[in-house]
Amino acid sequence: MLELAWIIPLLSFAACAVLLFFGSTLQRRMGEAVGWISVAGIAAGIPLAVGSLVELARGATPVHYSFLWAPLGVRLGGASSNLHFGLAVDALAAVMLVMVTVVASCIVVYSIGYMHGDKRYSRFFAYMSLFTGSMLLLVLADNFLVLYVGWELVGLCSYLLIGFWFERRSAANAAKKAFITTRIADVGFAVGILMLFSYVPSLNFAEVFAAARAGLIPVTIVGVAAAFLFIGAMGKSAQFPLHTWLPDAMEGPTPVSALIHAATMVAAGVYMVARLFPLFIISFGSAVLWGVPALLIVGIIGLITALVAATLGLVQSDIKRVLAYSTISQLGYMMAALGMGVVGFAAAVLHLIVHAFFKALLFMCSGSVIHGCNGEQDMRNMGGLAKRMPVTYWTTWAGALALAGIFPLAGFWSKDHMMAAVWDQSLAQPVYWIFFLGLELAAIMTAAYIGRMCFLTFAGTARSEAAGEAHESPAVMTVPLVILATFTVLLGIVGMQFIGGNLFNSFVSTEMPGSMAVAGLHGLAHGEHGFNWAVAGISTLMALSGLLISAVIYKYRLVDTGLLKRYLAPWYRAALNRYYIDDFFQATVVRGTLALAEVTRICDKYIIDGTVNAVGWGTRVVVATVIRLFDDFVIDGAINVGAWVTGFVGRTSARAVHNGEVQEYIAGFVVIAAGLAGMVYLVVMLGW
Amino acid sequence: MPILTFLIFVPLVGAILILFMDRARHGYAIRWTATVASAVAFVLSLGVWVLFEPAISGLQLKEYARWIDALNIFYHLGIDGLSLPLIVLTTLLSLLSIIYSWRITDRIKEYMFFFLLLETGMLGVFCALDFFLFYIFWEISLVPMFFLIGIWGGPNRQYAAIKFFIYTLIGSLAMLLAILALYFASTPHTFDMIELARQHPMAGAGLPAVLVFWGLFLGFAIKVPLFPFHTWLPDAHVEAPTAGSVILAGVLLKMGTYGFIRVSLPILPEASRQFALWIAILALISIIYGALCAMAQKDLKRMIAYSSVNHMGYVMLGIAVSVAAVGPGAISEAVHHSRITALNGAVLQMVAHGIITGALFFLVGVIYERTHLRDIDAFGGLAQRMPIYAGLMMMASFASLGLPGLAGFVAEFLVFLGAFGIYKLITGLALLGVAVTAAYFLWMIQRIFLGELRERWQNLRDMDTGELIAVVPLAALMLAIGLYPSPILAIIGSASTVLINNLEQFYQMTDVITFFGG
Repeated sequence: MLELAWIIPLLSFAACAVLLFFGSTLQRRMGEAVGWISVAGIAAGIPLAVGSLVELARGATPVHYSFLWAPLGVRLGGASSNLHFGLAVDALAAVMLVMVTVVASCIVVYSIGYMHGDKRYSRFFAYMSLFTGSMLLLVLADNFLVLYVGWELVGLCSYLLIGFWFERRSAANAAKKAFITTRIADVGFAVGILMLFSYVPSLNFAEVFAAARAGLIPVTIVGVAAAFLFIGAMGKSAQFPLHTWLPDAMEGPTPVSALIHAATMVAAGVYMVARLFPLFIISFGSAVLWGVPALLIVGIIGLITALVAATLGLVQSDIKRVLAYSTISQLGYMMAALGMGVVGFAAAVLHLIVHAFFKALLFMCSGSVIHGCNGEQDMRNMGGLAKRMPVTYWTTWAGALALAGIFPLAGFWSKDHMMAAVWDQSLAQPVYWIFFLGLELAAIMTAAYIGRMCFLTFAGTARSEAAGEAHESPAVMTVPLVILATFTVLLGIVGMQFIGGNLFNSFVSTEMPGSMAVAGLHGLAHGEHGFNWAVAGISTLMALSGLLISAVIYKYRLVDTGLLKRYLAPWYRAALNRYYIDDFFQATVVRGTLALAEVTRICDKYIIDGTVNAVGWGTRVVVATVIRLFDDFVIDGAINVGAWVTGFVGRTSARAVHNGEVQEYIAGFVVIAAGLAGMVYLVVMLGW
Repeated sequence: MPILTFLIFVPLVGAILILFMDRARHGYAIRWTATVASAVAFVLSLGVWVLFEPAISGLQLKEYARWIDALNIFYHLGIDGLSLPLIVLTTLLSLLSIIYSWRITDRIKEYMFFFLLLETGMLGVFCALDFFLFYIFWEISLVPMFFLIGIWGGPNRQYAAIKFFIYTLIGSLAMLLAILALYFASTPHTFDMIELARQHPMAGAGLPAVLVFWGLFLGFAIKVPLFPFHTWLPDAHVEAPTAGSVILAGVLLKMGTYGFIRVSLPILPEASRQFALWIAILALISIIYGALCAMAQKDLKRMIAYSSVNHMGYVMLGIAVSVAAVGPGAISEAVHHSRITALNGAVLQMVAHGIITGALFFLVGVIYERTHLRDIDAFGGLAQRMPIYAGLMMMASFASLGLPGLAGFVAEFLVFLGAFGIYKLITGLALLGVAVTAAYFLWMIQRIFLGELRERWQNLRDMDTGELIAVVPLAALMLAIGLYPSPILAIIGSASTVLINNLEQFYQMTDVITFFGG
């Protein structure tokens, strides 16, 4: 299986090609069953991915494939230097492959129901296949080139899918915003790659890591490059302050949101940091900015993101926006855990996987709710859906409790794993307690906002006609919900030791031998010591209290929300306005660039071109004089191809061009050229 | 078989045949003659591709004949990995342009005549190895374009045509002077580019070398065009007929960058190195300034014209890097590697830009022909009505903004990869141009294709077969080069390796001489 893993993305790409070129024809024959082509392309990868994972877990060596992609000529020593298109399947990649294929399969099956009747039906599935394929390619990358290629393709697909209903202005805007925000971040990514490449003429991860470890790349450069690479990850994984595109991305159809928030796009940033983790570890001793190394920057940004997004999640009234901020917050968790170093590595990746399952589930549940309520997304107009949509109701709670981190759901294990890592690192370095406190605070809020979402949606009585007449979604939508819910419940128990334990630790240790002893970092990978009861207890307490708060306010209505809003008015207003971050970017980056463009245009028109026209006018006056003086000579002497053609055209297409002027110019230039050529001759012959 | 001579003059033969036809009675004969002549040229260029052997370094398929003995002028042709891709690009774009131009009804005879003459000129420039011949072809390519803009252009065509003509003529004049200076400085006097590159007649010449360098610079930089010599380009593009714009952006601009690589670098290595940083700075300005100007445009064609300034800036950045001064001491392997990578990227970018921008200008022509509008804000929601058109335009736009999987990315990636090793800050800033480029292309797509379809455009029809024949091959090439650039890079690399090796040998030699006090 391991040998065949490279086929997995190809299957999706093939499905995409078929749907793109023959989609409408096929749809005429098969109807909406064309969606199954996309499912087949993705799901066919599942056995390959699972097989690969099992083989790796049994101790198989990771496999590499590569072919020559861009020869770069011959180097001084005679050796040729080339860029390869390289793929690799190791433990990290294999786990991701399984997650992406399984989650994406469920989402695409669900889409068959959700997109029913859409006028660009087959196109939608073509894009979904491309999206999944690109993500799978990114996961398999074993060098920066392939990583970047997959990275950008994922960005393209998010653009196409967020703006899928492009007739809506807001959708088109959101698509553009997503692409450009991540693209700006990608400048950082590119700079990071270029910095490393300028020291090691290779883009291969293993070679770059080896060079960094051996000191061929100065450690400060490694650190700065890692920080630049992280900027790219901030864009893709929606880290503060580049998170603003993600809530807007809700404009896409709900399955797209599920895919973006779970299996693809946002997962790419965290995966990138994980994949390039050795660079962050190696450079830990070297400060990048204000005495902070790159790894700690990852942690700090993650912490801020986790907190900020959680507070924003508390005030949203759009059901999908609650989930959007939740995703941002959870990605912050993962980054923060990665920031703990080796000890947090496996935990962060585990949370990435687990989160993908329950977040895809939650999004598809919200889609089911929206579907059932006839397009209504505002939770204030819902309520009482528990009885009308039982499957959706129960599966939503499964996802919600997992997100909150309630035992024994999958989210509990991964979250506990991360918090234990923070705990361990804090024991080694007390300043890290800030992370512990901040993330536990975010945990309360997480439980509170997801509890609020569930209670507002399902509890009480219907607050609108649409909610009153809501109906459960068809089986093609609910069956994927049940499958994902099952994973959400069981993944933690079954997969915890298997995924979280030895497999990742072995990856970490093969990639970073000897780097465990970085000063200031807790050296051991987590899982090598026992279960931390204290952390589990604290986290559970936090989650329960968050749920309790939300129940008190939104289920039992013991506290008046109007009162809360009044007491917290300044914060509430700022939070509703997303802390003015969007406005800030709009006023500075967007307006600034447009203003600069306008200034440039005016400068070009009046200064640069104005000068050109002025010179042209002046020359014309001079030439006209010269012409008058040498008229006869010019007419005889203008043996010029241009003049001949002019004559030809003059006869055949008289008056088409005002050719008198041209003759004037040509003649003038012949005179000047002859004069200057004489001067050059004299200078060159006599001068030296 | 003198295949290069056949290749160059087949279009000219077609052009002369057309001269004998009657415009009114032989409309189809004229169109067919032009199509067949350019198709034969295309097939011949593919033949050249087959005959070319990347493993052999240096120039191939050389043709050599005495021409004007008194001035030591030869008819000298030959190609290498630098010119070969450009030759194929030229014949392909010419063929597609002529097919697209079947719809021209106004003075078709003169139109096709000029187009074929133009093709001969362009092919000649890329094949000529004798300066005299080079210059003649260079000028031959200038005149037909002048008439294509001046006769078949838009409302303000006369201004644009004359501006184009004068601007490039000033450039040619400066180049001519530089060529003459090189001729007189060489012993024995020669116009042979290979011989001049071997002799380095201006080595150690001080000011005269500088003047010659800037003379050539002016000739080439105007053509590229490099900031601040670019303002003829938007005017020329806006007024030019569709196929004229395609050739102008697709091929004529490349003559400028080709000139730098073929002439300036090998013949004046010292002066090139001396001013490499300046060229890199001008390239950076072109990149940022071109991108910002493009963003501010309301006319679609003008926007793409400025995007050409932006994209040709990457080519110039790559060229500057390939001769950059790197301080005293031996040339390290990293520097050598950066240079080759950047030069490969620059040449590939010439090809990629030709394909992508050629397609973009065809696509602008499609909408202009239907609506007689190019105002970006006049449209909206066209994707609903013209899905194929929207798809191709988006593909070309994404190629232009450097999306991986399409040709532009490979070229820009290599330029950046090479350039960063030498000009860190300049390259870092140039990367911002990529972000701006993404912004204005996406903004354009949004305004033209997304949103609600306006009442006014309810009856637009999608692309017809003729238009598809012109654009689809280019789209396929974007994808092919983007996915698997290895074959074309192998060819380009064969030339750039030789060039960089020769340059570095020269630098090492002269540096040693300078070190020991000459």
